[in-house]
Amino acid sequence: MKVLVCISNVPDTTSKITFSNGDTEFNTTGIQFIVNPYDEIALSKAIELSEGGKGTITVINVGEASTEPTIRKALATGADKAVRVNAHPRDAWFVANQIANYAKHEDFDLILLGRESIDYNGTQVAGLVGELLNIPSVSIAKKISIEDNKATIEREIEGGKEIISVPLPIAIGTAEGVAEPRIPNMRGIMSARTKPLEVIDAIEVPQLAKVIKYETPAPRGAVTLIDAAEAEKLVDLLHTKARVI
Amino acid sequence: MSVLVFVENISGNFKKSAYEVVSYAKTIAKSVNKELVAISIGDVSEENLLNLGKYGANKILTVNADNLKSFVNQAYASIIAQAAKQEDAKIIVLSNSFSGKGLAPRIAAKLEAGLADGVVELPKIDGESFEVKKTAFSGKAFAITALRSDIKVLALNANSFEIREDAVEAAIVNFEGSPSQEDFGAVVKDIVRATDKISLPEAEIVVSGGRGLKGPENWGIIEDLAKALGAATACSKPVSDAGWRPHAEHVGQTGIAVSPNLYIAIGISGAIQHLAGVSSSKVIVVINKDPEAPFFKVADYGIIGDAFDIVPKLTAAINAHKDS
Repeated sequence: MKVLVCISNVPDTTSKITFSNGDTEFNTTGIQFIVNPYDEIALSKAIELSEGGKGTITVINVGEASTEPTIRKALATGADKAVRVNAHPRDAWFVANQIANYAKHEDFDLILLGRESIDYNGTQVAGLVGELLNIPSVSIAKKISIEDNKATIEREIEGGKEIISVPLPIAIGTAEGVAEPRIPNMRGIMSARTKPLEVIDAIEVPQLAKVIKYETPAPRGAVTLIDAAEAEKLVDLLHTKARVI
Repeated sequence: MSVLVFVENISGNFKKSAYEVVSYAKTIAKSVNKELVAISIGDVSEENLLNLGKYGANKILTVNADNLKSFVNQAYASIIAQAAKQEDAKIIVLSNSFSGKGLAPRIAAKLEAGLADGVVELPKIDGESFEVKKTAFSGKAFAITALRSDIKVLALNANSFEIREDAVEAAIVNFEGSPSQEDFGAVVKDIVRATDKISLPEAEIVVSGGRGLKGPENWGIIEDLAKALGAATACSKPVSDAGWRPHAEHVGQTGIAVSPNLYIAIGISGAIQHLAGVSSSKVIVVINKDPEAPFFKVADYGIIGDAFDIVPKLTAAINAHKDS
């Protein structure tokens, strides 16, 4: 089985988010970048499906040279080879087009990516890649099993779950539950240095969407503390003042 | 030209988020002096369809076939894109629900439309300029996004727009669309819904528990309070990681982001990753025995003390409030 895992280079989950240049750019000063946590789940699932010589894993990242440590981490975790599309990942449409352009020549059985990146939270790329390659896509998968060239996928729905059966090839956005994220071991870290990392040029894509400014949520006022013995006072405040019950 | 809104049904009924997207789309349609066309796919009664007129849908396209009763991502996307072309829709609105997240990018790709998902406000439309606010950085920020394509797709977050009645005479029109055979590659094998559970992303009130509850056997107090409030239950990441609660209940940066009117956090310290997922809540109540818990810094109301003592009292007070 040939598996493509798409990874994003995102700020660590503990990062304090600030903006620069008149709030038009994310301020990367002092920020530690990591493999997008949802993409780690996708990669772990790919490793699980490929173990024992059952398949090969290519990771792809759309990013500038600064993302290579993140790509090497994916190689250390267990991917066989990597591709970096040498461009700033300006929006989901651009990224999806780069991935689809690479994948259309490679005959992948499975394209796995995190359900969303933790910076832009688009949940777009799985669906866009699916449409661009004219293959099915599932955007939020909670469980995946592969058998007889078919994927059985548990998809989250409002108030429950749906089980669907889909023929390969397919693009799947992975969420918690699909696989436990893996940590690279020393052997993986050593071998990652020698695994192939190919750099390719980006194709031209029209820009349909552009972030023009960022805002941070308005700060909340000071907390109103209520005595532990006065639960009914809290109920009264939630009813008369906050008007939420 | 028109505005098109896809109205998702669950077992033939429209939920709150369906009326939210219709109200949102109607407000946009009125601002640009266009008709609002709604499209519904699946087995929905005429009465339920006509009810969309109460919120401003001028025309309701209904699509029903045996193979469309369940959500089939590719086929639904094909039909909605075809309807958009037929109705000359330049703005397409849908809910940023689990299914909506799968649909929106496929519709956008078919129409080469700019897509903004996780939208939380009405767009600012000024001549050719079209800007809309969406969540970013897992709730730690918002991104004002300019859509520059001829057709725009907006996926609206639940609880981001109030339902507004704006009654019009609605006409129901059958629409067939022509999805291809390839669009039906995915086959739905089973659907399991907890009918007594309130869906977390849409919930107006959420009661959430953390490690302070010491173990899954103590979740009864969370369930009881949620039941009294008509709330959804949720949990922090360490709780779902430990297997105390299902992943579907994990709220936070790598779980579900929620925006209820009221979020009650019990025994959750308030790590930055958890706060990111709840920052859009209108009112936050924190119950924690640690007065230094970071969650108190972003809470509106707080009680410092033992959850096992406080929560049952709070549940009793809620029940007494309902009876009064």
